[in-house]
Amino acid sequence: MAILLIAEHDNSSIKAATLNALGAASKIGGDVHLLIVGCACAAAADAAAKLAGVSKVLLADAAHYADQSPENLAALVVANAAAYGHILAAATTSGKNFMPRVAALLDVAQISEIVAVQSADTFVRPIYAGNVLATVQSADAIKVITVRATAFEAAGEGGSAAVESLAAGPDLAQSKLLGRELTKSERPELTAAKVVVAGGRGMGSGDNFHQLLEPLADKLGAALGASRAAVDAGFVPNDYQVGQTGKIVAPQLYIAVGISGAIQHLAGMKDSKVIVAINKDAEAPIFQVADYGLVGDLFEVLPTLLAELG
Amino acid sequence: MKILVPVKRVVDYNVKVRIKSDGSDVDLANVKMSMNPFDEIAIEEAVRLKEAGIASEVIAVSAGLANCQETLRTAMAIGADRGILIQTDVDLQPLAVAKLLKAVCEKEQPQIVLCGKQAIDDDANQTGQMLAGLLGWPQATFASKVVVAGQQATVTREIDGGLESIEVSLPAVLTADLRLNEPRYATLPNIMKAKRKPLETVTPDALGVNVAPRLKLLKVAEPPKRSAGIKVADAADLVMKLKTEAKVI
Repeated sequence: MAILLIAEHDNSSIKAATLNALGAASKIGGDVHLLIVGCACAAAADAAAKLAGVSKVLLADAAHYADQSPENLAALVVANAAAYGHILAAATTSGKNFMPRVAALLDVAQISEIVAVQSADTFVRPIYAGNVLATVQSADAIKVITVRATAFEAAGEGGSAAVESLAAGPDLAQSKLLGRELTKSERPELTAAKVVVAGGRGMGSGDNFHQLLEPLADKLGAALGASRAAVDAGFVPNDYQVGQTGKIVAPQLYIAVGISGAIQHLAGMKDSKVIVAINKDAEAPIFQVADYGLVGDLFEVLPTLLAELG
Repeated sequence: MKILVPVKRVVDYNVKVRIKSDGSDVDLANVKMSMNPFDEIAIEEAVRLKEAGIASEVIAVSAGLANCQETLRTAMAIGADRGILIQTDVDLQPLAVAKLLKAVCEKEQPQIVLCGKQAIDDDANQTGQMLAGLLGWPQATFASKVVVAGQQATVTREIDGGLESIEVSLPAVLTADLRLNEPRYATLPNIMKAKRKPLETVTPDALGVNVAPRLKLLKVAEPPKRSAGIKVADAADLVMKLKTEAKVI
């Protein structure tokens, strides 16, 4: 049975997390059909066709898919599910939103945020904020799975799949998009960045994020992240949050500044290759996972660090 | 309008769980349990909607062992009017819970089901979306703001790129994200009052729902431990080590 992977895209290109989900699909094995749903998104389908490991691209292009409502998206996926043994999507806020609806409508379990594929029916997934790894086996005929992007290699280019049109499903018109306020940034995307600079409550204010952390991020070509405490305090927008219920990141270098290191935060970043912690409290739990710890006042350390980086 | 709020009894968020020596599951013996924090936010929001005169009744529902009653009493201390316990010893998975909640919704006819976005034990993030699918209702997940007016709810959602605002027609399932509100502390008088609020107990059989697990837990294990590294003297030392030792900059 083939695998259906629902792609996340911006009408012209495929989002990075989908490439990792494609990596997970290749571990399961079998033909992979990549589904592109949207409005005026043929360019995204062309981009998808070039991905290595994709055997066919399915394109459902209709006006009522412009907003990607979970009701319409799930209905379309369910209508086309019978031919597949696995249905996959990346565990982004989009995948997390519509995939359980797909699973329920198919009367199957969903396996959330897998981090390893053991066989076609057995997967590993983190529970308890990543403090425990559970190995679960599914007996359902169709396995509905979301994939934690940081756990799988991204697929590259090199394919030449055919693009087939897929008949659109009904417009359920149960929800209406009023608007999006997307954080504009020239920096790399948090979940895909090689370097992440993150600040916590210790930063003290949003202004300090701008004046102290942003120059460091710019110098290192890094994305900016934050702990829940910093987001709750209003220092930075919600999409900066790294942790159990925020974003999961695994960059080459993670620099935690003024972050104490609650388990919920560690859940989002402990798979980073190298972790640096800067905190004035030598007992902060963040130092237990840091490769390099610097005990000191961040307001003195950060300017010096910037100067040292030249 | 009625609002239904599912609440889950989970290991307290401050507890670091242990694994049973045979690796079959996590060890929940003598572990502090609490209401799932996201469900607490959901209850708070429902109670605020009642205080604002929009909701007429807030019903808390929990599914699981008999001691989920404690979780329901906590919900009633925050302000839920009554509780429903769906009592079973079976290890409930999200699809089973969604089916149980669907059966309760068919009986209670709420206009809004307000769930927490995920439980902090299994981290599944499924039940609300599954329930919406089973009922054929719209869903508005990861809500950081909810405005109910007439037969519509306008919901601000936390998404990967920032925020999104959507309008859903009621009845609908909403799921609460962290920043929807800050739940109140239950006061002692309200805790006492909650003990006298009605609590009904039903079974999955009585609701006609098969709750047999679909996923088999083969084993649990601890992830590889990260060992603490070294302390560096100052910023210059750090930059040198990142360049020459870790080679990441």
